[in-house]
Amino acid sequence: MFKKTLLTFLTAISTITFCFSQTKSLPNVDLKTLDGSKFNITEIENEGGPIVISFWATWCKPCKKELNNIAEIYEDWQDETNVKVIAISIDDSRSMSKVNPYVNASDWEYEVYLDTNSDLKRAMGVSTVPHTFLLNSQKEIVWQHKGYIEGDENELYKEIKKLVK
Amino acid sequence: MKKIISLFVSIHFCFFAFSQESNIGVITGNFNLNLQSYQEDSKIGAEAQDEIILNNAYLNLNYTRGNFASGIRYESYLNALADFDPEFKGNGIMYRYATYSIDNLEITAGNYYEQLGSGLIFRSYEEKGLGIDNAMDGVRLKYVPIDGLYLKTFIGKSRTHFTYSDGIFRGADAELNINEILNSELKTKFILGGSFVSRYQQRDNLIFQIPQNVSAYASRINLMHGKWSNFGEYAYKINDPANVLSQSQMNYANGTAFTQNITFSKRGFGISAEMHRTDNMTFKSDRDRDGKAYIINYIPTLSKPHTYSLLALYPCATQADGELGIQFDIFYKFKKGSRLGGKYGTKIAINYSQINALEGGPSFLNDIRTHKPTFINFDEVLHYQDFNISVAKKINRKLNTNFIFANQTYNKDVLEGKPIGDYGILNSTILVSDISYKIKAGHTIRLELQSLISSQIEDGKQPKEGDWSMSLIEYTISPHWFLSIQDMYNYGNEDINKQLHYVNINAGFIKGANRFEIGYGKKREGIFCVGGVCKTVPSSNGFSLSVSSSF
Repeated sequence: MFKKTLLTFLTAISTITFCFSQTKSLPNVDLKTLDGSKFNITEIENEGGPIVISFWATWCKPCKKELNNIAEIYEDWQDETNVKVIAISIDDSRSMSKVNPYVNASDWEYEVYLDTNSDLKRAMGVSTVPHTFLLNSQKEIVWQHKGYIEGDENELYKEIKKLVK
Repeated sequence: MKKIISLFVSIHFCFFAFSQESNIGVITGNFNLNLQSYQEDSKIGAEAQDEIILNNAYLNLNYTRGNFASGIRYESYLNALADFDPEFKGNGIMYRYATYSIDNLEITAGNYYEQLGSGLIFRSYEEKGLGIDNAMDGVRLKYVPIDGLYLKTFIGKSRTHFTYSDGIFRGADAELNINEILNSELKTKFILGGSFVSRYQQRDNLIFQIPQNVSAYASRINLMHGKWSNFGEYAYKINDPANVLSQSQMNYANGTAFTQNITFSKRGFGISAEMHRTDNMTFKSDRDRDGKAYIINYIPTLSKPHTYSLLALYPCATQADGELGIQFDIFYKFKKGSRLGGKYGTKIAINYSQINALEGGPSFLNDIRTHKPTFINFDEVLHYQDFNISVAKKINRKLNTNFIFANQTYNKDVLEGKPIGDYGILNSTILVSDISYKIKAGHTIRLELQSLISSQIEDGKQPKEGDWSMSLIEYTISPHWFLSIQDMYNYGNEDINKQLHYVNINAGFIKGANRFEIGYGKKREGIFCVGGVCKTVPSSNGFSLSVSSSF
């Protein structure tokens, strides 16, 4: 009897867990645009194309390396996969004002948002930057990666291509 | 039969949940572990620890479903790493919250992090690396009655280590986005904001009439027009006798701070100019206690946060009691194909910052309540100065370079809180070269060479560290492996027995959202800062292990 109950319990749990693990959508968190307006992260849109969300900061060397390296090949990526990159800065009030000058000077084509109070960073389980997420056409998180070492963008691109096959 | 029913129910539940709102919620979080062994090394002054190994770890768990979210953080310090406050001790769930939003009203109960404006009067945040976590415990409401008007209010106590400090905080903030309210397409954008916070702490001092309620307020304006942006905030704190609690020096002075920033940017070019002034603006969650764990506001440091080790050897820290500073930044990219840009473009970043004491001295040093330091004059006492220029250039598909020149002036006595005259004022000229070379797909080797030449602008009594060099070689294999060896060498130390090498070896493995790193080496005693908030790190010698994972 005990065994049976346990088994039932486990089955129920695993089904529910299965349910949980199915989808991982974006949390309902407000960010700021570079011109100070509120923006909810769930409103990001790429007409069904894949979306890359990259957490970065102006003081973070590997973050800038990653986004600068992607910037060089971003046009090709977009042509081939229609991917959209969204850069979320976790700069606080010390360096927040440098985000816009840096982004513009670097010639980035990304959508950039500010997460000054680290609300989204916490909600998405990010502990250190850089941290990169890949979202499918349903805006569900299908892949994530911590840190950046030279060449990691190729790994990311492989994952993007899997989504557009 | 029971089993089948149960299975059916749970599957049904699952489908039901799917059909309801695509799922029954999302679980996210992360886990971090930092472990370090401590062996004695009398040469560098590293002490062995009784426990041999010290450990910090925490696990964050968030659950969100639609407009509902809740979460906990379990923390474990057994015992805390040597560079942490020993009051972090033991295990416990120190962070738990539930929040939901309905019809533009968001309610949070439990722990939350909050910042009013740029933080001049209130900022509750976490910076794990520094051992800062002044999370609030209480309730918070955010309300958006109409598009463009954002209101929030909160009440709570602020965390210090494993407990909550005495002060009770009541705060409110309103932000008005004029363009959103008027639904206008005006090219100029206006955002106005005002905030207020008040601390209640019971009076238990029999000698002085200490105010039980201390309030602070701030107003801010953000103006944007085309490529221009301007942000200014002014903050005021009503008398808060806290800094010096002795009969001879009782301080009833008010505190003020302002920050002002202008930026201009267009494709390939960006500039930022900043200024701030702070006077008697240390605001604490407990007036009778000292230390960074009790600070409840945040005055951003007016200098560039450096990451290269010799550039960050002598970092600036805000003196909230009184300073005046300016900072300029220029970012420029020479276009691809231009003469200086070459095939890939060349990036230049120039930064200058200077921070001085307030002329006339900060208000709290004077017994006279009406004392005012001069408003906008630099005192001749320099706290910090930094001029640095960085040039980043990709030579070809394989070779990437970055060169930095910097000249820094560091008032060690003031910035590290030492007796005046002990260390004097240091000047360092620093050169950094960082070159990486792609050997083949995924394989990169990186070489970093740094040199710091030191001189004294004002002499001190204590022996000088003098010149330093640093070299690092790193090999990475994308996407999984990295290995680095670095040596910091204090060859110029006045004390010949302290002309030492600090060698560190680190290796790591990353897969997806998991990261493992092991290291062995010696660390120099020094100051480690994030965002201008610093902690003293004792010298150490030993192994380290760090595991970090997100889900």
